[in-house]
Amino acid sequence: MPARTDIERVMVIGSGPIIIGQAAEFDYAGTQACQALKSEGYKVILVNSNPATIMTDSNMADRVYIEPLQIDVIQNIMIEERVDALLATLGGQTGLNFAMELSENGFLEKHNIKLLGTTAEGIFRGEDREAFRAAMMKINEPCIPSGTAGSVEECLQMADKIGYPVIVRPAFTLGGTGGGIAADEKSLREFAASGLAASRVHQVLIERSIAGWKEIEFEAVRDAAGNAITICSMENLDPVGVHTGDSIVIAPAQTLHDLEYQKLRSSALKIVNELGIVGGCNVQFAQHPTTAEYAVIEVNPRLSRSSALASKATGYPIAKVASKIAAGYTLDEIPNAVTGTTSACFEPAIDYIVMKIPKWPFDKFVKARRTLGTQMKATGEIMAIGSTVEAALLKAIRSLELGLQGLHLPALAQLNDEMLWLKICTADDTRLFSLAEGLRRGFSIDEIYDRTMIDKFFLCKIDNIVNTEQKLLLSKGNCDFELINNAMKMGFNNSWIAQLSGLDREEIVRLRAANNQTQTYKMVDTCAGEYDAITPYFYSTTDINNEAKRTERKKVLVIGSGPIRIGQGIEFDYCSVHSVWALRELGYEAIIANNNPETVSTDFDTSDRLYFEPLTADDVEAIIANEKPDGCICQFGGQTAIKLIKKISDLGVPILGTSADMVDAAEDRKRFDEILEVCGIDRPAGTTVTSTEEALAAASDLGYPVLVRPSYVLGGQGMAIVHNDEDMIEYMRIINMVEQEHPILVDKYLMGVELEVDAVSDGENILIPGIMEHLERAGVHSGDSISIFPAYIPDRVRDTIVEYTSRIAKEMNIIGLINIQFILFNDKIYIIEVNPRSSRTVPYISKVTGIPIVNLATRIMLGAKLVDFSYGTGLFARYPAVYAIKAPVFSFEKLHDVDTNLGPEMKSTGEVLGLSTTYSEAMYKAILASGFRFPAAGAGVLMTVADNDKSDLVPLAEKLSAMGYELYGTGGTANYLNKHGIPCSSVRKMEENSPNVVDLIDQGRVKLLINTESPHGQLGGLNGFKLRRRAIEHGVATITSLDTLVAVTECLQRKLNPQDLKTWEISKFAEIVKQTRHNCLPLNELPLDNVMLKK
Amino acid sequence: MRAFLILEDGTVFSGEHFGANRDAVCEIVFNTGLTGYLELLTDASYAGQAIVMSSPVIGNYGVFVEHGEADRPWAEALIVRDLTHLVHDPRSAEDLDDYLTRHDIPGLKGVDTRQLTLRLREHGTMNGKITTNENFDKEEVIAEIRAWRNDHPVVRVSRKTAAVYPAGAIGRVYRNEDVNDELVRELPSEAMKPLGYKVDESITRRFKVAMLDFGLKQNIVWNLTRRGCEVTVYPWNTPMSEILAAKPDGVMLSNGPGDPMDCADILPGIRELHDSGVPTFAICLGHQLMALATGAKTTRLKYGHRGINHPVQDLATGRVYITSQNHGYVVIDESIDLSLSDVSHRHLNDNSIEGLKYKNGTVKTVQYHPEGAPGPLDSDYLFDEFMKMMEV
Repeated sequence: MPARTDIERVMVIGSGPIIIGQAAEFDYAGTQACQALKSEGYKVILVNSNPATIMTDSNMADRVYIEPLQIDVIQNIMIEERVDALLATLGGQTGLNFAMELSENGFLEKHNIKLLGTTAEGIFRGEDREAFRAAMMKINEPCIPSGTAGSVEECLQMADKIGYPVIVRPAFTLGGTGGGIAADEKSLREFAASGLAASRVHQVLIERSIAGWKEIEFEAVRDAAGNAITICSMENLDPVGVHTGDSIVIAPAQTLHDLEYQKLRSSALKIVNELGIVGGCNVQFAQHPTTAEYAVIEVNPRLSRSSALASKATGYPIAKVASKIAAGYTLDEIPNAVTGTTSACFEPAIDYIVMKIPKWPFDKFVKARRTLGTQMKATGEIMAIGSTVEAALLKAIRSLELGLQGLHLPALAQLNDEMLWLKICTADDTRLFSLAEGLRRGFSIDEIYDRTMIDKFFLCKIDNIVNTEQKLLLSKGNCDFELINNAMKMGFNNSWIAQLSGLDREEIVRLRAANNQTQTYKMVDTCAGEYDAITPYFYSTTDINNEAKRTERKKVLVIGSGPIRIGQGIEFDYCSVHSVWALRELGYEAIIANNNPETVSTDFDTSDRLYFEPLTADDVEAIIANEKPDGCICQFGGQTAIKLIKKISDLGVPILGTSADMVDAAEDRKRFDEILEVCGIDRPAGTTVTSTEEALAAASDLGYPVLVRPSYVLGGQGMAIVHNDEDMIEYMRIINMVEQEHPILVDKYLMGVELEVDAVSDGENILIPGIMEHLERAGVHSGDSISIFPAYIPDRVRDTIVEYTSRIAKEMNIIGLINIQFILFNDKIYIIEVNPRSSRTVPYISKVTGIPIVNLATRIMLGAKLVDFSYGTGLFARYPAVYAIKAPVFSFEKLHDVDTNLGPEMKSTGEVLGLSTTYSEAMYKAILASGFRFPAAGAGVLMTVADNDKSDLVPLAEKLSAMGYELYGTGGTANYLNKHGIPCSSVRKMEENSPNVVDLIDQGRVKLLINTESPHGQLGGLNGFKLRRRAIEHGVATITSLDTLVAVTECLQRKLNPQDLKTWEISKFAEIVKQTRHNCLPLNELPLDNVMLKK
Repeated sequence: MRAFLILEDGTVFSGEHFGANRDAVCEIVFNTGLTGYLELLTDASYAGQAIVMSSPVIGNYGVFVEHGEADRPWAEALIVRDLTHLVHDPRSAEDLDDYLTRHDIPGLKGVDTRQLTLRLREHGTMNGKITTNENFDKEEVIAEIRAWRNDHPVVRVSRKTAAVYPAGAIGRVYRNEDVNDELVRELPSEAMKPLGYKVDESITRRFKVAMLDFGLKQNIVWNLTRRGCEVTVYPWNTPMSEILAAKPDGVMLSNGPGDPMDCADILPGIRELHDSGVPTFAICLGHQLMALATGAKTTRLKYGHRGINHPVQDLATGRVYITSQNHGYVVIDESIDLSLSDVSHRHLNDNSIEGLKYKNGTVKTVQYHPEGAPGPLDSDYLFDEFMKMMEV
């Protein structure tokens, strides 16, 4: 069947901001979908609120809307764009939910919009728990048996029916008190009794326990004609119980014999046939470790994180194929782009091992509970490819950028055996290292298996690594080449072998070269070498034959940004990809090195050559040795790439763009101060310290409050605002628990307005697309602030910023991008940070101004000058007649124990954009898109603010009260407001007797919590923290800065609602920016309430 | 211990020895399957061949002999990238290394199997020698390799006496599954000891099927017995008249190793079967023999189809099925007598013939393996179709 001709205009719904559980994989899927649909001649209309994505580039779809993902907004766009088809299975759960809503509310039918791919009914039967069980029953596929019981006898009967062991869960009880796993009748009697007693309705759920079963996933694709294939099987290292997004995954499945494998594969195909999947689908199974029993856990009738992984693991472009299937093709009609000669209707054969390890944010959220369970906590993931399990595992460890080369986490050595066993038996982020440490101490594989049910296959492989590590340690420099060779083949890199064996690293390099065992590269070709492939997608092994033969073309290596983590998100992938595209336009062979399977950059046809490798000095050195590139670009891969710049420069590879030396100067306090002095620019006074005594002295000199932070960090890690000696002593105690390589910076904290620019510099001129202003006062990390473009500042200040940026760019000889953050304090401009690289704001400002910033920067690195382009120099857009407001998005619901209070350390995982010609509408859109739930008029608002915020709260509280909100406040706050004539009911604090604030929240009487604290950074008070967590867990919107409240109040006052919002096609929006870019004064509605005006 | 693979073009791959410590001269073929090394090793179609596994880590779940396609490995040797050893397997599986040692099959590990696969793909299937002798004389070895021929392996692998499998016999029983010992029946046979199976008494006998064993994969039998067939397996050269005299409801021609022309002597008998009107289903070598018996020709593929991911299109419906394949020879397209048969299935990648449907209405043959083992079970509808043919 050829592509369908009854449709013309297809809408693709993206997945919105990056949150835990929904990350860059949908940018990859959506980008492929847009490209596939466009290539078929359809007009593609894209909606996504996330400006940091590639899919929202104006050239990705025919019409791009960066708008809040709200049903009304989507419907309006559909009508305006005369959309006649919807593809919703590539935008994650978000996209799928909208498709279901649009189908259920009759909108699709009313407007004759066809749902492409799987039908709404199919999606429903895959998603709805009961409907799914019924479907499985119909085709005789086993689900996990369960039932409810109201008495002990009923429990016993139920258990006899479904088989021991069973889990007993009391109904309607939070936290599962009274439940447990019963292995036999005797223990079931006990659990049943206690469970029934604990349940408010005297009822328990009895479910077959599958603890210890293997968790296996299959990624399936089916076309409308009924051809169905599985792309890849994946096996979790951890048994059932850890969310698949938090699991270490190996692909293909390794421990299933053919009977088991085929049974699950057949089951997956039966299921996709029954649901009528047209496109991709993920099926999760639990397989009993020793018997034939298995159970279907769930399906995702859409593209998912696992399908992105399966795509990258096999080279099979699932999203592209799924899109073509949605457009009407059958699998056999779609060519296999990797081989070029065969069709997409086959199952990839894999001749390597793939390992995925999640990247968790616990380095940022030191207080968060690190145990893993059914709630996903990882922000991103890495994938590693090796020719053995050991090699894939070691590469994966290196890719995580934990500062570790192997399975050796030094901190674990301090644990006694008992504590270590406890760690081994707990699923947490460091379990892999605990297992290795246990094996190192001689814990037996049998016992570890018995206690963890982690398949012995994996334990044996970890043991192999540990044994090799021990042999190298014991060799004490006297190791023969065979030992080195074995270690190498197992995936140990030169540095790690050197460190363990005591040999000189250079000696190892020499030995390897002498024995003709250098790093070689193999191709990922979807067919295990059976057919000739044309895809330059490589991973390293240690062999003789090298498939990544160097070409004679001029070539540039772009270093990617690794896994998505807080502070280094999808925006750097956006930049890397644009750089690669620019290089290809210029005729260079663009080579990318990266290890994030979720991204566009690691798609096999993004670059000319893709190296799926860890981004460590050793691994990058090997790539360079193989490719001998003419230049290397490190500006776009975030801190990951910047960290490698010196090493790469030392290897003699020309660094394209700003030099390694100047990158160092920006980080080195002393050198940076000298640069500022030459430029005549001030920065907040400050100094460096190494001890608590010095820190106290420095603070006394500068005067509190001061900002303290370690040097060389990302995303404000370990940064705090300190107000007194006591807090300073505590801060230094905490920070010195980890040995500090570099001194601690102590700066005077200026509570002014933060301004930010991204500039392109060619060494002579600069181009600043626009100046952004942060809504929240300095002290909230720039990544967590609402960012407003254009900044509302006098022209005089604007010119100063341009001038300062120009001076710094020249002095540092910036070639490419620079990001600078300023503070406007008491009418004076200070500089607070310079990043000689791309930044988080580049994609957003690029899109709204229409300036292809990364493309220009890449061209400039290769010799072009700003005057060669049509964008001019200096400031491009002064005060255009539009507002583009970027709001941060957090994942607090997913991470218990994380304080929602904003401070200098970044906490947000993603961002959204609000576009409008008016300030208030742009702000409303941004806040709405960020997932903030505006309280309805009349709702309760709980206020408890710090003393120094109380006077600022008065006018805001007055407005809220006037709008009919019912105000509650804790003692001080309520008194203060009452004194100023604002009605506010006084509520007892958390530490006081009930009824208090906790009851108020638990009873659902407040919909908004306003809670500020005198900024203590990480040292904040415990009760405030508990209150904020309570609010998050009850779905109460929380604001921790009055600046944010100003914006929210403004939105509430305007009584805006989603269906009335004007939507903007992004290139039209950019056109207005261009036309009005020379405006100097605010011509539109003024953000009168903005607090900064008062200063 | 170091060991080597020398190919007839002079390429040498080195690795480490495992399994039985003996030299082996044989054909070297690669298989791209991800699972099922035991099924491959015990598939008699690999007689005279060393299997190179493209999948890099092998031995992960050990060996369950009861999952075998025969009670012994027939492959000549096994070549892998990385071998997993078991540590007190919870299912009491046998270690692959031990299993191969026990059956005198040599193994070679630590080989760059991807490079070896690429070599075989580019050059075509080659003979080779596996040896632990570090001081081999290359010229001598190459001469030895070149002289070697996989000479009529069917004779070696086929049963010497007939055997009967009852309707309801269920094979490939899981370890730890309740196998009623009383129901595991021993059957007398010289070449092939029976694999354990249980009998599902609820399945009644519907048909009597005669199976010609050219190197039969046991799962073909299990597919029939599960569907209510009583299967009598005959040695490959049993006269057709004798088989037909037993009045079977249907006849199956099994898979098997080597060049189909080695079996030229029995082609008249197969033609007799074609003409007899007895419903006939043939797999792999059986498919080739039926084609030869009806006037077609076969040829050798450059490097064969060996794996479990081969897309085959049913030309009648357009549907594509992922199939398990293991064949080095193929029926030549132009040689088919179109008055006798039509192509029913083709390989989606190289368009080669994967199935023939004979115009007399009683014969269907496929080049691939609907019984899987290892591999997908997507095509087991073909067995159901065979049942329908016998119903008529």
